[in-house]
Amino acid sequence: MAHHAHTHAHDDHHGAEHDHGSLKSYITGFVLSVILTVIPFWLVMGEVLENRTATILLVALFAAIQVIVHVVYFLHVTPHAEEGWTLTSTIFTLVVVVIMIAGSVWVMYNMNANMMPNHEMGGNLGAVVPEGQGSGEPENPR
Amino acid sequence: MSTVTLPKDGAFHLTEEPHHPEGASTLLGFYIYLMSDCLIFSVLFATYAVLGGAYAAGPGPKELFDLDLIAVNTAMLLFSSITYGFAMLAMQRHNSKQVIGWLLVTAVFGACFLAIELYEFHHLIHEGAGPQRSAFLSAFFLLVGTHGLHVTFGMLWLFTLVFQVRKFGLTAAMQRRLSCLSLFWHFLDVIWIGVFSFVYLVRMV
Repeated sequence: MAHHAHTHAHDDHHGAEHDHGSLKSYITGFVLSVILTVIPFWLVMGEVLENRTATILLVALFAAIQVIVHVVYFLHVTPHAEEGWTLTSTIFTLVVVVIMIAGSVWVMYNMNANMMPNHEMGGNLGAVVPEGQGSGEPENPR
Repeated sequence: MSTVTLPKDGAFHLTEEPHHPEGASTLLGFYIYLMSDCLIFSVLFATYAVLGGAYAAGPGPKELFDLDLIAVNTAMLLFSSITYGFAMLAMQRHNSKQVIGWLLVTAVFGACFLAIELYEFHHLIHEGAGPQRSAFLSAFFLLVGTHGLHVTFGMLWLFTLVFQVRKFGLTAAMQRRLSCLSLFWHFLDVIWIGVFSFVYLVRMV
């Protein structure tokens, strides 16, 4: 009997947590998204900032904030939704994504810097490479 | 009773599966599928990040990309996101007519998005900047094309649901399906944030 009551309570709880958001949360998310989309487009298309690196960093920052806005207001990922499992899987995925992208860029940057002596590092290594090999194409490792 | 009685056969496993209502874990399962889809996209983003500078003496982003077009495209996808949100709110009010109406509005925005993207692809290929031109363009078509394919299948799914809502009404199963497509559709908008920021904007600075 006690078991039965427990499942019932669980069912009710489950029904309540399928939160599809309210009109207010959708509108908030939409307005924030519009703002966070318009600003980076304006920064790039209007060539607002002189500093190239600052523009790139700002675009990346606005993208990161907008992803969070979408995940919270449109995908309804909160610590309470699905007993926290959507939040857990999101954070796990985010960690894997960061490792994958940052790792790829890092490793491949080093490969490029160290294996193509004719490009940026041409100054000190170019002399060692005989003429004709420096076609700019990645060389066959064999 | 305070003492624990052992079952006759001494087993501690549950004699019957814990009862869950049908489909209770569908949304979480679908969300975890989306996270795996997110990993596919992150590999494609990493590929683009690595190969994005390999032009093979061909055209680069500044010669090829038209930011006005991308801005319109972004607006289309964002509008389709909010209209799908309105469809979900209509579903909460159990108003199937409004659900279908908002789904169709969403489909119109989605179709505009796809049309603009196809126009862009056609234009690029026509200019000789197809996926075979350089590693940069291969990575570009792969990433943006994969996103476009997802939107295409989302549209198919959306029309399927329009017909199903008309036929079955807003049953529990239909609400579950609409919620899954809601996650899918908003997820595609999240991926598009990465696309317009890192594929287009950052490369046009």
